[in-house]
Amino acid sequence: MSTIKVPTMAEMTAAGETPEILFWVGCSGSFDDRAKKITKAIVRILDHVKIKFAILGSEEGCTGDPAKRAGNEFLYQMQAMQNINVMNGYSVKKIVTGCPHCFNTIKNEYPALGGNYEVVHHTQLVQELINQGKLKVQGGEFKGKKIVFHDPCYLGRANNVYEAPREIIEKLDVELAEMKRSKAKGLCCGAGGAQMFKEAEKGNKEVNVERAEEALALNPDVIAVGCPFCNTMMTDGVKHFNKEDKTKVLDIAELIATANDL
Amino acid sequence: MISSIIFALLLIGASAYFTINVKKIRRNILLGRDVLFADNKGERLKTMTLVAFGQQKMFSRPIPAILHFFLYSAFIITQIELIEIIVDGISGSHRIFRESLGGLYTFAVSFIEILSVLAFIGTIAFLSRRNLLKVPRLVKSELNGWPKLDANLILIGEIILICFIFMMNGADEVLYSRGLSHASNLNDGSLGLSVSKHIGPLLFSGLSEHSLHVVERIGWWGHILMVFGFLNYLPFSKHLHIVLGFPNTYFSNLKPKGEFTTLDAVTDVVAPNFDSAYVPKTDPNNPVRFGVKDVQDLNWKNLMDAYSCTECGRCTSACPQNITGKALSPRKIMMDTRDRLEEVGKNIDKNNGTFVDDGKSLLGDYIKPEEIWACNTCNACVQECPVNIDPLAIIVEIRRYLVMEESNTRPELNTMFTNIENNGAPWQFSQADRANWINEA
Repeated sequence: MSTIKVPTMAEMTAAGETPEILFWVGCSGSFDDRAKKITKAIVRILDHVKIKFAILGSEEGCTGDPAKRAGNEFLYQMQAMQNINVMNGYSVKKIVTGCPHCFNTIKNEYPALGGNYEVVHHTQLVQELINQGKLKVQGGEFKGKKIVFHDPCYLGRANNVYEAPREIIEKLDVELAEMKRSKAKGLCCGAGGAQMFKEAEKGNKEVNVERAEEALALNPDVIAVGCPFCNTMMTDGVKHFNKEDKTKVLDIAELIATANDL
Repeated sequence: MISSIIFALLLIGASAYFTINVKKIRRNILLGRDVLFADNKGERLKTMTLVAFGQQKMFSRPIPAILHFFLYSAFIITQIELIEIIVDGISGSHRIFRESLGGLYTFAVSFIEILSVLAFIGTIAFLSRRNLLKVPRLVKSELNGWPKLDANLILIGEIILICFIFMMNGADEVLYSRGLSHASNLNDGSLGLSVSKHIGPLLFSGLSEHSLHVVERIGWWGHILMVFGFLNYLPFSKHLHIVLGFPNTYFSNLKPKGEFTTLDAVTDVVAPNFDSAYVPKTDPNNPVRFGVKDVQDLNWKNLMDAYSCTECGRCTSACPQNITGKALSPRKIMMDTRDRLEEVGKNIDKNNGTFVDDGKSLLGDYIKPEEIWACNTCNACVQECPVNIDPLAIIVEIRRYLVMEESNTRPELNTMFTNIENNGAPWQFSQADRANWINEA
């Protein structure tokens, strides 16, 4: 990332500047080695279209999503109010998130605690940039490849965003394949509801294996995702079937950044 | 005359008993915490019209949707004929509206007959699907015992009811053609009922006048007795959905499915740390339990959801955890909630209007923690429900109780909580290192 400057809100404010948009990186995007690549892909896109953006850096904390889904409303509200305090302090107006869970929580749940922002998921922002002609997209190395999109629950069912990721994929000049369980009927990757952070309850199969099996049945070159947790789950699922050489699991942001040499 | 009195008494008795049981259900639902749904009347009416009246969500599975639509439309349209049956029953008349309505009458009853034949086909299909094909979602363990019997009873009752209709109309057609019907004779040779004018002669043409009148009366009385019986069976059955499906969709959650409720009682504790001028939203002298342990902790919409559930299992068949063999079944969550609520209701009946602690609760005696901890909060169950029931709301409320009242959670989740509390991330990384990725290649 050495060539791209990623300023923090604190740095920008100190320089007397205001960013157009705050990039909410999220815990996974900050710390998980696989998800950091998605973070960097989003940064490359933002930089390419010359959007003035900033991150919160060490002032960003977990949105509280996993705590809230797990029933710990106290911890959730503590996190939420801290974050809202920080963001209101910087008069944040618009936020793009790299994770559907952060997106859902900030967009839908922060307003009740005094945090009112325009929040978009990165796939929505990319779609908007393409529609405005600010981002020209080519298929690049993905041209002609078969891509299946796995809907993240907190982007799809939770917020009815089904088309943005698909429209972007179609711009890559690829064959977009659909699983039987897609869009509103999409099957969870198994990570949601704080399952990411615990052992599965007693059963006869892992959810990510069930989902990866369904995706792999279409024999895709890429399983596209829009969530770092789905990414982890689907990657593990593909490995379970020893298909990692044939089928890659990539975030939509990575598809765009890679195909267009950003 | 005697038959009119018997009919009137039956009508009054059936209505009274139904009213008593409806009031009990209403009381049980109102045991839940208060929650406001006064907003967006237009949107709510639209949702009810599409989802309940228009059966919108049923049609994601077209074949059962069409079969169900046969039963549903037959049921709705038959209500028109019921008006005549009630008037005839009280006044002792016979097909009182036929003369005044003329062709419209023939059309209406003929239409009902066609729908009844379709409903008959639908019912046979549903019985076979349940008992012969054994569709997975209809043979899961939570349906063992009463739920399975309940489903079959109503379908068999439906078949008997339709048979009575055709006994009544078929025999009357034959009587009419012989000029012996009690319906006013318009010298047209036939009542003109679309189905009965064919199957009546086929089945009953060999019968004497006396036998025909007996068959016609058995059909007429059998039909109305089935209707009264069905009405009073409803409050004890999953088939209550035919009534509650409407208000339940009206009171649908109109917010994004990903938005979970914010607990004001928690905000009252947390907010003063950030805002010294914060004004509490809840009454500190009247503390409420965090989350849900028993049915009275749920809100009334959660409880209406439970009564609206017809146990179709679409939720469970879409649940990622149930698909992979875990204990969680969203349908069971709803069935358990209704069963416990009924138990609490009976307790109140027995104790002159007040609930006496029975040492039981929804969590523990009905729902186990391993069901609650399996959930992905993915909203697949909520999406699937044809009458907009929200099992996830109940699951999350029970999680809140387990975590905030009992500190009874899965150990890994406790670790996650500690990490968020200390580092602002669910893993053990320092918050100061959040932007380290910038300088990594």
